[in-house]
Amino acid sequence: MSRARVEDKLAVDKFDVDREVHIQVDGDICKACEEHYCVYVCPADCYKLGEGHVTYSYEGCLECGSCRIACRRGAIEWTLPRAGFGVCFEYG
Amino acid sequence: MQQKFDAIVVGGGPAGCACSYRMAQSGLQVLLVERGKFAGAKNMWGGAFFGPTLNELIPDFWKEAPIERFIARQKLSFLSGEDCLSLEFAAPRFSKPPYNGFIALRSRFDRWLAAKVEQAGGIVAAGLQADDLLWDGGRVMGIRAGGDELPADVVIACDGVNSLLAQKAKLRGELRPGEVKQGVKEVLELPREVIEKRFGLAGEEGLAWQFVGGFTRGVPGGAFIYTNRSSLSVGVVVALKELMEKGIKANDLLEDFKEHPAVAGLLGGGKLVEYSAHLIPVSGMEMVPKLYTDGFLVAGDAAAFVVGTGLILEGANFAVASGVAAAETTIRAKERGDFSTRSLACYQKLLEESFILRDLRTYKKAPSFLNNPRIYTVYPELACEVAGQVFTSDGRPRKRTWDLLRAAMKDRVSIWQLASDLMRAKGAI
Repeated sequence: MSRARVEDKLAVDKFDVDREVHIQVDGDICKACEEHYCVYVCPADCYKLGEGHVTYSYEGCLECGSCRIACRRGAIEWTLPRAGFGVCFEYG
Repeated sequence: MQQKFDAIVVGGGPAGCACSYRMAQSGLQVLLVERGKFAGAKNMWGGAFFGPTLNELIPDFWKEAPIERFIARQKLSFLSGEDCLSLEFAAPRFSKPPYNGFIALRSRFDRWLAAKVEQAGGIVAAGLQADDLLWDGGRVMGIRAGGDELPADVVIACDGVNSLLAQKAKLRGELRPGEVKQGVKEVLELPREVIEKRFGLAGEEGLAWQFVGGFTRGVPGGAFIYTNRSSLSVGVVVALKELMEKGIKANDLLEDFKEHPAVAGLLGGGKLVEYSAHLIPVSGMEMVPKLYTDGFLVAGDAAAFVVGTGLILEGANFAVASGVAAAETTIRAKERGDFSTRSLACYQKLLEESFILRDLRTYKKAPSFLNNPRIYTVYPELACEVAGQVFTSDGRPRKRTWDLLRAAMKDRVSIWQLASDLMRAKGAI
């Protein structure tokens, strides 16, 4: 079995992506960060380490809340997507 | 102002549904608010729960609930390198009604539970988010949801591990990374006959299988396989703090686990149909918040009612039981017409009397014991190495098992560390 990538796994999940963004990252705090904990704890790879700084997306968020508590610098503002939006598990 | 409810329950998981069901059953006006499109849409777990608590609330629930399989066998395996040493428990009584444990998929199971709430006369409002609490001084008066103010005598927060409502009620602070584990899971579809053949199951029998070993790279936690009817739930549950400190992704550990020779063959041909993740509150008694205030109660994961001992990780049962205790408290408060902190203190008393706070106290040292990295690296290695030598005949003279163990311990763990770990295990689990 070849190692599956997270983005391929997310492709089978059902999402109703809201136009309203539910993850906000403070770029200034983020630039000064050296640990990039968000990159490791996000099971959906919403945070990616680019050239020394983190880029993020919210569309594939599995709503676990890990990033919110892992970022100790307070750069991430993670809220729940609006009701009815976001991931919709069919198995769970 | 809208119609005033006797109780508003936030969150359509096992805690919220059990709570709503019990209150609706006794004639209270209940509103269950769920942010997902339906109850269960945002919910996941490993896959198994113990039945007796739910069976008390809904007798013979398993006859109508969307259960995948009942747990006929429990298995624990230690993985080291390519080796695997397993311990399995089977008892014929587990395969007879009313059964002991069940395997289910939350999206379907919670949806069914919420339908039971409606049958009992409760109102389920799915696709509605509880954004905030309504206050009158220091007393909770209801919730703000979807732009509306919804008043109630009591609000019960069953909104899960991230419970924003318990935070807004100032009963608890922000979660800390050391208090939670991250669960990451795949559901792999396979024909029913293939699952039954590979895992040696007949009819509705199911297997709950736990794994510990080197595949978590020293991160406290393990992996699981639960056999659904025609799919497998496969995942890892690992400590968030250590993922951060070591710079490891849970998905990489899951992929390593799936590649282990003892596992790969069982999953072969499985078609991925869902990938999900969730946090689990695992710090036990230490992280249980204050459980009530004026007009407000907290139950389930929101109250961190989870017990983990390494052998078991039990939360759904606690969710149902705490939901019922919150319901009983509200029913009594309604009879008295008093929803003050003093009146709701009954909740604490019911929890103290039940297995919930008793079990959490019994295992209060388990969370720190389970942070010992040797449990996940050294001991699975020792077990597999000794077993490997015992079961090998290579023409060389044999050694007694104790001497094999001492040789395997060399450079890994001292006899004093082993003795100390055993003593800690005795006091913790």
